[in-house]
Amino acid sequence: MDDHWSVAAHRHFKAAGVRQVAYVPDGGLTRLIERCREDNAIETVMCATEEEGVGLAAGAWLGGQKAAVLMQSSGVGNTVNAIASLVTSAQFPFFAIVTMRGQWGEGNPWQVPMGQAVAPVLEAIGVKVFHADTAEDVGAMVEAGLRMAYSSDQAVAVLVSQRVIGSKVWVADNKEGAQ
Amino acid sequence: MTDFVLHRREILAKALADRGDALVVTGLGSSTWDLASLGDRPENFYLWGAMGNSAMIGLGLAIARPERRVVVVTGDGEMLMGLTSFTTIGARRPSNLAICVLDNERYTETGRQPTATGLGTDLAAVAKACGFPTTATIRTEAEAGQLGELLLRTPGPVMAVAKVVDEPLPMAVPPRDGGYLKTRFRIGLLGEKAATQP
Repeated sequence: MDDHWSVAAHRHFKAAGVRQVAYVPDGGLTRLIERCREDNAIETVMCATEEEGVGLAAGAWLGGQKAAVLMQSSGVGNTVNAIASLVTSAQFPFFAIVTMRGQWGEGNPWQVPMGQAVAPVLEAIGVKVFHADTAEDVGAMVEAGLRMAYSSDQAVAVLVSQRVIGSKVWVADNKEGAQ
Repeated sequence: MTDFVLHRREILAKALADRGDALVVTGLGSSTWDLASLGDRPENFYLWGAMGNSAMIGLGLAIARPERRVVVVTGDGEMLMGLTSFTTIGARRPSNLAICVLDNERYTETGRQPTATGLGTDLAAVAKACGFPTTATIRTEAEAGQLGELLLRTPGPVMAVAKVVDEPLPMAVPPRDGGYLKTRFRIGLLGEKAATQP
């Protein structure tokens, strides 16, 4: 049996009745995006930037559908005004899964500042932040987060630790050219 | 700029005169006042913030309610901020979504500073390049006569850009409580039970 966290996350999407999934791709989200794309009951919408996903989720809710937004931690920076000004102002339910960079064993210094800012920035604009530090946490937090979002009109983000996803390692290979 | 002849509220009123059960989302600022000036109703969702997000709210709504027409009415400044959404909408191509940009080539609310639409950016051409099957730039009264057809009945996604006079207009202020607007819209669309006990 496949025990990757994306299996449990997708199962909870189904159980909660999520019908639209917006995403900007990230390596850590690959398997969850694939599962959602293969699911005919879920409309996946590839976005060019993460704030689009916030608008899509609000529009889905206006139309009676639940949505989830998937993004990498860098993308959280792009969502700030959309979440504060739309989701928080109008008390829209909102649920996001954020795969973390700049956190656990990061090898790219350019990822660190935004990665470290994700939780305080989200909390500052009214989002309830769940930290998933193990693969088992993810499924439970997706289930609880979706319920809190859609039963209590809250904005919830599950941050999937880089410890769960695995850190990218950059090693220059001078014979083969840089990676 | 000076040769524009269309008046935003006049053409919008005519275009939406027979809107039926169409759902309308407005971008913040002038477009919200414009729609409110035509009469408030639950099927209107007005933005008072979230600049750049009106088109994507329209997309989420259009996907959720494929049997209903969804019309986004916004301004050139708001649309420029959401330009990436053209690529997303062009890739998904919802047939029930139309976007109307009331383009006065100004950031009206902040002091009438010029926008890029008066300095080279052709929003209809951008939308066409992103895969919108129907795009139009409307400049004359005769062309404006087609706006209702474009917004309400032409298979989408439609991008209709109307070049309009930059003019002072009386404020028409709709409700500003976002939670109220959201819930009122959902009750109107889904019924009270489904909207309030999801």
